[in-house]
Amino acid sequence: MTLTTAPNLAQPDDFYQSLIDAHAGLDDGQSTLLNARLVLLLSNHIGDLAVLREALAIARAGVDDRSEGGLDP
Amino acid sequence: MATTYRAPSFDYVRPPELDGGARGSPHPVIIVGAGPVGLACAIDLTLQGVDVLVLDDNNTVSTGSRAICYAKRTLEILDRLGCGDPVVDRGIGWRIGKVFHRDRLAYQFDLLPESGHRRPAFVNLQQYHLEEAMLERLLELGRAEVRWRNRVCGISQDADGVTVRVATADGEYDLRAAYVIACDGARSAVRDFLGLEWKGQVFRDRFLIADVHMQGDFPTERWFWFDPPFHRNQSVLLHRQADDVWRIDFQLGWDADPEEEKKPENVIPRIRAMLGDDRPFELQWVSVYTFQCRRLDRFLHGRVIFAGDAAHQVSPFGARGANSGIQDADNLCWKLARVLGGKSPPSLLESYDRERVEAADENILNSTRATDFITPKSAMSRVFRDAVLDLARDHPFARRLVNSGRLSLPTSHRDSALSTPDSATFAGTMVPGAPSADAPVRYGGRPRWWLDLIGGRCELVLFAHDSAQTTVAEVREMSRQHAETARIWVVARTEADADSLGAVANAVVDADGILAQRFDAKPGTLYLLRPDQHVAARWRAWKPAAVEGALRRVYGIEDDTHDGTQSRAA
Ligand SMILES: Cc1cc2nc3c(=O)[nH]c(=O)nc-3n(C[C@H](O)[C@H](O)[C@H](O)COP(=O)(O)OP(=O)(O)OC[C@H]3O[C@@H](n4cnc5c(N)ncnc54)[C@H](O)[C@@H]3O)c2cc1C
Repeated sequence: MTLTTAPNLAQPDDFYQSLIDAHAGLDDGQSTLLNARLVLLLSNHIGDLAVLREALAIARAGVDDRSEGGLDP
Repeated sequence: MATTYRAPSFDYVRPPELDGGARGSPHPVIIVGAGPVGLACAIDLTLQGVDVLVLDDNNTVSTGSRAICYAKRTLEILDRLGCGDPVVDRGIGWRIGKVFHRDRLAYQFDLLPESGHRRPAFVNLQQYHLEEAMLERLLELGRAEVRWRNRVCGISQDADGVTVRVATADGEYDLRAAYVIACDGARSAVRDFLGLEWKGQVFRDRFLIADVHMQGDFPTERWFWFDPPFHRNQSVLLHRQADDVWRIDFQLGWDADPEEEKKPENVIPRIRAMLGDDRPFELQWVSVYTFQCRRLDRFLHGRVIFAGDAAHQVSPFGARGANSGIQDADNLCWKLARVLGGKSPPSLLESYDRERVEAADENILNSTRATDFITPKSAMSRVFRDAVLDLARDHPFARRLVNSGRLSLPTSHRDSALSTPDSATFAGTMVPGAPSADAPVRYGGRPRWWLDLIGGRCELVLFAHDSAQTTVAEVREMSRQHAETARIWVVARTEADADSLGAVANAVVDADGILAQRFDAKPGTLYLLRPDQHVAARWRAWKPAAVEGALRRVYGIEDDTHDGTQSRAA
């Protein structure tokens, strides 16, 4: 199995709104906790360590690129 | 401080060497350090017929509160050494672990063992009781010499042996040995004398360790708190030991002042807050530790061999220090005895280095992960830690992520040079390199534990064929070919079968088929076990040449001869 990066969400706009709505009214600390809980729940759902590592690598690479681009790390 | 324990004090005896009364021939083995690992080596080598001399700079057993949890595999090794019973009888068996987060129970686990094993997953016992039991066993065997208040103060080696310089109150003297096992602990002086690098990581955290004597109605469980109301932002561990002594570990953080924290006027309020009432208790011991994970690059340095904390050090989460050190001894001693007896080439000791370095890395990895969970190193790692603990209350998947120390399990040496790779398919986790599973069997008409019967030499274990005749014929032939190098066992299904096989081999009855199931055995399956009870090889059918090859591999003999002294080293 490899990580799916091709479009896979049936209703992308609905998903995105739900994600933002889930954070409504939370301060930064609470939002951070929510995100962490979400990552853990979804990771367990995926289960496959190779897929998770691929996702982590892509997520991390994007962040590293940005800091090289001159934004604050 | 009050105490429920009176440490023994052993007499220093003026060594004869100081008066010119030296021993003519060198000692086969000198063991530096009479901690749990040095004692395990001394007992094991004595059982293998090797004369040992143990040197210790102290004159008593371990002081204060150190190791408390001994894992199943360690207990099985202590059984083989003949001192498992006093440890288990005196020790506290526990099964339930509770993990609290803030003011709530996050989850609890039950180590409820699978039935059909002699020993439980863990028992708790103060390290001084463990050492006393081991020492008693060593003295009962009678052969080894222990010299108290004899401190090793120098060491040098050449091709033929090792010269050990020893300091006593009456002056210094030299000893010669064929081999030295350095079991002199985390601050090993032998390591320093050889100029060896001690690489690893110190965790930036401090822990207050307290032994408390109380008639508590706390249940016999392991309780671990993350961020409890009585000790905010830190963790606390409560464990029961023998003699109504409870061990409490308070995480303090890096900035704590160890000297201040150790003062009873600071410790007592912490304990009081934890107990939450005013029941009486007595402090028996207090210390403040920082934990580290380090190891030597190699455990074998010519004729000086490192074992236990002298070779590797782990943080205590997961209870891997003494446990892995005793497993070092289990791995080393049969090899060293064979090398000393000229039955295997010295290169066999290389396998000790590889296997136990592998185990040390596994233990360091596990205890580092636990330490990182307990002491998160960044704000985000703290967020994830708390999210895991939060989710654990309602969602079973998150409980598997909570890490307050992972159960110490023995290493399966999957890539060991001593193992013969499988040529057939076997189910289960008992792969070549892993220790043999235990099972209840009958032997000599009595119920026995399998692991109690084996060890100290290579064992060939044949699971009986359906036809007794076939089994008898095969065992006869097997004895003719291998009896000099291995002891032969037949696993029968009924007492009657065992009786008919008893004349040709050691026959055990596996009436409920538990042994067969754990070995994934079919009629005719054959296992070769090492003297330390680990699996060396297994087959679905006996082939003499394959068994001979596997035996040579276990014994580290590379050419066609059985005689190790004539063999070339690998
Ligand atoms: C707080 C704490 C909790 C722990 N909990 C656990 C646990 O639950 N389970 C577990 O398995 N482990 C635990 N450990 C680890 C365990 O205590 C050690 O791993 C164990 O003691 C190592 O045994 P050893 O024989 O290698 O060394 P040691 O026990 O340190 O023994 C070394 C011996 O060598 C002697 N010596 C030192 N230098 C010289 C010299 N120059 N000449 C002669 N003799 C010398 C010393 O006097 C001592 O007797 C814990 C440790 C700590 C600190």
